[in-house]
Amino acid sequence: MSTTIQNKINQTINRKIAPPIVDAVNFNLILKPYKQFNLDNGIPVYTINAGAQDVIQIELVFFAGNSYEEQKGIAATTNFMLKNGTKNKTALQINEAFEYYGSYCTRACYNETSTLSLHTLTKQLDHLLPVMTEMLTDSIFPEQELDIYKQNSKQRLAVNLQKAEFVAGRLIDSYLYGDTHPYGKYTNAEDIDAITTDALKAFYKNYYLQGRAALFVSGNLPVDIEKKLNDAFGKLALSAPDYKNPFIAATPVSETKFRIQNDAAAVQGAIRLASPFPNRHHPDFKKVMVLNNIFGGFFGSRLMANIREDKGYTYGIHSYLHNHIQQSAWVVSTEAGKDVCEVTIEEVYREMKILREELVDEEELLLVRNYMMGSILGDLDGPFHIMAKWKNIILNNLDENYFYESVKAIRETSAEELKALANEYLLPEKFYELVVY
Amino acid sequence: MIHFDRFVLANGLRVLVHQDVSTPMAVVNVLYDVGARDEDPAKTGFAHFFEHLMFGGSINIPVYDDPLQLAGGENNAYTTNDLTNYYCQLPAENIETAFWLESDRMLSLAFSKKSLEVQRKVVSEEFKEHYINKPYGDVWHKMRELVYTTHPYKWMTIGKELKHIENATLEDVKAFFYKHYNPANAILVVAGNVELQQVKNLAEKWFGPIPSGEKYNRNLPQEPVQTAPRFLEVKANVPLDALFKCWHIYPRTDDRYYTADLISDILSGGASSRLYQNLVKEKQLFSSIDCSHMGSTDAGIMVIEGKLVKGVNIKDADAAVMEELKKLQQEGIAASELEKVKNKTESAMAFEDMTVMNRAASIAMYELLGDADLMNKELEKYKAVTTEKIAEQCKVIFNENNCSTMYYLSSN
Repeated sequence: MSTTIQNKINQTINRKIAPPIVDAVNFNLILKPYKQFNLDNGIPVYTINAGAQDVIQIELVFFAGNSYEEQKGIAATTNFMLKNGTKNKTALQINEAFEYYGSYCTRACYNETSTLSLHTLTKQLDHLLPVMTEMLTDSIFPEQELDIYKQNSKQRLAVNLQKAEFVAGRLIDSYLYGDTHPYGKYTNAEDIDAITTDALKAFYKNYYLQGRAALFVSGNLPVDIEKKLNDAFGKLALSAPDYKNPFIAATPVSETKFRIQNDAAAVQGAIRLASPFPNRHHPDFKKVMVLNNIFGGFFGSRLMANIREDKGYTYGIHSYLHNHIQQSAWVVSTEAGKDVCEVTIEEVYREMKILREELVDEEELLLVRNYMMGSILGDLDGPFHIMAKWKNIILNNLDENYFYESVKAIRETSAEELKALANEYLLPEKFYELVVY
Repeated sequence: MIHFDRFVLANGLRVLVHQDVSTPMAVVNVLYDVGARDEDPAKTGFAHFFEHLMFGGSINIPVYDDPLQLAGGENNAYTTNDLTNYYCQLPAENIETAFWLESDRMLSLAFSKKSLEVQRKVVSEEFKEHYINKPYGDVWHKMRELVYTTHPYKWMTIGKELKHIENATLEDVKAFFYKHYNPANAILVVAGNVELQQVKNLAEKWFGPIPSGEKYNRNLPQEPVQTAPRFLEVKANVPLDALFKCWHIYPRTDDRYYTADLISDILSGGASSRLYQNLVKEKQLFSSIDCSHMGSTDAGIMVIEGKLVKGVNIKDADAAVMEELKKLQQEGIAASELEKVKNKTESAMAFEDMTVMNRAASIAMYELLGDADLMNKELEKYKAVTTEKIAEQCKVIFNENNCSTMYYLSSN
């Protein structure tokens, strides 16, 4: 570039004026549709075939979450121990079978569902599927493996119980849902002690061997993926889920304000404010997502602007809706200096009041709309992310309309509607209030 | 293979462009060649603290975040001992917003008193949240001081003590900015749904007019070779005894780095690895154990850390770890074990490269190391590691005189 042109450019840029933007709110967001086929046993398989890397993710979702257990910890332990021994393979042999090929076999247990997942280079798939099949037909839950798991779980728990944020997370859930509800219960050392291999075997039989399952498969899929999956999982005695989970009513506690001392030497308090909220099927849910963003849902939110960026009481403060299928809760969460915990709570309530009494101005609303749209657009990057969106929709017994209606809510929810929602939901008297020091 | 183009502006700013039209997004990543290792020992934590101030408004733009969010973008930043990296992702149509914002804060900050005061408190809460109000939170403060006698890696990015941040003045902030934040000390990576010519035009327009600034010439005291084992015992309010052992390894660009990296995977890269299988599952001395290394630019450290099963004597646990290392030194490893960790490395790289944001950050990081194309040569370097090299390096690294040990004991 010649100096004259360079000078011209220098003269013409005014750094005080933002370059023109395309409002993300006008973007036409498309959720790439999945393809579905069923295995011979009727198990649905949802697939997204995309991506430049030769990688694949296979997620088997079982309806074997902690909602189905009769004794605390059984669902999570059964799920964990799928990798700890089959009739033909020790735990070490199972781990080696995956790790030799640079692949990852992981498992996780949630409230309604549990998962067994595989991440691997697509070219290694044939080595790995038979091992997964074996885990789902021949797991034996060895006594000694359980003993080690129990010992290590109890030790991990002891460390976690010293963290205020961990204790606060357990307690607030038990207040909201009740400590016998799947969303509110938590395990103590004596619950871990009480777990037996017999209980695990019984749970395995009911919820894995003869359970209900669905497969979510994404990435760079081989052409014969249907055959590969059918060979691996199509003969199992599983049935297809109906995605209708039995409703278990919450039993929230009546007291609403708690201050708990966990560590006399604490320099911060873990603050949780939370109020029960309906699930995704409720007509207010999508609009409340917009209100939540304004309130405390992202870095530019009011809670962050006030409590972090203006007052410096905390490293971070967030509000969010619990990602639960049956019923949700609206939660504000932060760790704040011990001496500023109470004023932090007052400021949160003050932000609720402002949302109840004043209309959000157009400038802020446009910013939040654009931010949310840009964020969804960024989230649709790559096959794994697209599948994660679909999985959430399917497991919540929703369809693609949920995605498009959410986008519509981002575009159209008015300042008046947001104010009305704040008056309905952002009332301090509806919130549990907890500080763990 | 990750493709990129490179050009340099007259003021010295290096610009790298990585096109990926499969995404509707663009990523703008600005890396500054400054980290905690460049700090004055009396003013530690400054590089990270400064990262916070970079969001407190620049010379022409009062708030960084709002215009970016209005353009549908998101951003964040991180500071390590070696570098400071800022990145944002936004719809490709709005990429100029990112150029405008990033170039203005490279030109000059607003140096607002209010931002300084508030971020001082925020970082102080961050310090408390991560390093004080957490069991084992001070482990790395202690361990780094034991392992490094000389090199500035002896302090963490958050800083040695809160006081250093509490005492920071606006003059310190300005001096730090002018020393490190200029085109000569930065790397700009633009990735995603962008065209090379478009990036050239935007880079000239927004970053071209910024004065070059002085290139910062790093001259850090290097860590002398350790000649005797070091030991520290700590008692703290934690539920479990924990063992920490460190050994000096190699700079990031040294060929032996790759061997050391694979050794850490052999020891603990998964549930079939040696330490987990032998010490957690079979001997049941530890409830968790991990081997990792810092991956730092200057010579880093290999770390083994584990929490002990209650009732186990820490000396027995330590001896068992040493026995595992001795086994490695004496017997080496089988070809299949090496193949396993190489496969793991290949697959980890493929997963890492899935997002444009990661690719952009990698390009910047490798360019900082000397050449972004190093990124595409990594796999070959791992493949070149042999069982002989592993055996040799196990002897060199796990030499007892190269070791620092900390017993972090429960006072309960």
